[in-house]
Amino acid sequence: MKKRNAVLLSTPYLIWMVLFTLIPLGVVVYYALTDPGTGEFSFINIRQMGMYLPVLWSSILYSLVSAVVCLVIGYPVAYYIAHCSQTAQKFLYMLVMLPMCMSFLLRTLAWVGLLNDQGIINNFLVAFFNWLRSLGGIFSRIPQDFGRLTLIRTPGAVVLGMVYNYLPYMILPLYSTIVKIDHRLIEAAEDLGCNGVQTFRRVILPLSVPGILSGMTMVFVPAVSTFYISQKMGSSSTVLIGDVIERQFKQGNNPNLGAALSIVLMLLVFVCTGIMNRFGGDDEGSVMV
Amino acid sequence: MKRTNRFITILIFIFLYIPMAVLVVASFNTGKNITHFDGFTLQQYAKLFRDDKLLELLRNSLIVSVLASLIATAFGTVAAVGINGLNPKLRKVAMNLTNIPMTNPDIVTGVSLSLLFVFVGSRMLGQRNSLTFWTLLIAHVTFNLPYVILNVMPKLKQMDESLTNAALDLGCTHIQAFFKVTIHEIMPGIISGAIMAFTMSLDDFVISYFVTGLDFVTLPVEIYSYTKKPIQPKIYAMFTLLFLLIFVLMVISNVIQLMGDRKRQEARNK
Repeated sequence: MKKRNAVLLSTPYLIWMVLFTLIPLGVVVYYALTDPGTGEFSFINIRQMGMYLPVLWSSILYSLVSAVVCLVIGYPVAYYIAHCSQTAQKFLYMLVMLPMCMSFLLRTLAWVGLLNDQGIINNFLVAFFNWLRSLGGIFSRIPQDFGRLTLIRTPGAVVLGMVYNYLPYMILPLYSTIVKIDHRLIEAAEDLGCNGVQTFRRVILPLSVPGILSGMTMVFVPAVSTFYISQKMGSSSTVLIGDVIERQFKQGNNPNLGAALSIVLMLLVFVCTGIMNRFGGDDEGSVMV
Repeated sequence: MKRTNRFITILIFIFLYIPMAVLVVASFNTGKNITHFDGFTLQQYAKLFRDDKLLELLRNSLIVSVLASLIATAFGTVAAVGINGLNPKLRKVAMNLTNIPMTNPDIVTGVSLSLLFVFVGSRMLGQRNSLTFWTLLIAHVTFNLPYVILNVMPKLKQMDESLTNAALDLGCTHIQAFFKVTIHEIMPGIISGAIMAFTMSLDDFVISYFVTGLDFVTLPVEIYSYTKKPIQPKIYAMFTLLFLLIFVLMVISNVIQLMGDRKRQEARNK
């Protein structure tokens, strides 16, 4: 194609993206550096942010734990899918992607229904122990209403919500990395006397590092900025940075402070993706779902 | 090893689908409570189709997602063709711009667009209500564009350039060559990009939540406001129907891709 045509075709897009991604970020910086009352330049929002440092740390902690859990449970799944037949791979890939397209609000509400004090899991447990007691004998000593657990509004519930919602973002990039591993390398390792564990540790795992890094980022980024999951599954002690930002815009009416916090979030994500690109190479395919 | 992996995979799929199963079951429930199944009924579906407010919300969601994904698909495909022809340096700039909405957290994208619209609307144009249907549409097109571009670009790279050159040699103009040759080669990418954009748009809550005004509310934004009051079981019926719709869409896009792969393989074998 002629160079002039290429420029002609891509310019409107570039203008659009500058207008609606770069300039808005500039506006965020502008708001972050102005006083909410007077509208003059000030560092007041930056100073106020110190208050939210503990919230920021716990957001990072929750998201890191979720990302690691996703990796540990997602890796075997990705590995299994990558070693299925072609058609089965396509089908399973679709099944992993499907939940991502369904309302995450409703799916989170379903978890609330499952985990509630009077929820499905607790009702099931209580019914089970009641049934055991009805058998008599040693079981008759089980106290009434035994088996009820406090599941909702705990840190564990928040992690569960994050893992549930973002697990597909881990499985998909892992899968696309594992499926590309040259099988001859594994055979070579086996021929040279590696056992299963050694082959995995020395060949397969190092080769899946790009997928691991991109999966970790893709779980970490939405998890660290979520506000719905922590609102529904967590308690007042599990407030995350996303909650704080949402409140500044929708309830607190201090968009300037919200803007400042958004910048912190953005920088955090920027650092993460920077680390990923540094170690993960520039594989566009694995970054994209 | 393989057996343990299969076992874990099955467990994880159960984990992924249990909440959805709960919602589907709840849509057939006579009672209002999601945790108690009182009896089977199709009443919720009947109620859903008689509820004008809910249908209007669904219609709003569909209008935005269909329009945004169509605009993004056309715009993005043209842009991808353009970007593909740029020199490597400019192409890198373009791809970095494309990656901004992909890597930015949704909340930051939503907040930044909403601040832009409010800034331009209230401060510069003096509007009282600066968040409207149009701001919502612009936001959706913006976050849909990268999905289209990232789906179309690989197909453009895979394409044999001599095909376009042959069309040009045989007397096609550039535009004719695009519509007669290129578009057919990159069609699988366009379709999967469009479907991805549509589903992302239909399900988007976070960005819509920040850029939508009171006069045009989409379904996810309304569902969010249900958090204070108990949710109506009709919503579960709607979820079930949307689940089926998206499942069918995905199967179709899969079949199209499989057929495309097979055709290409056959062509190669010849």
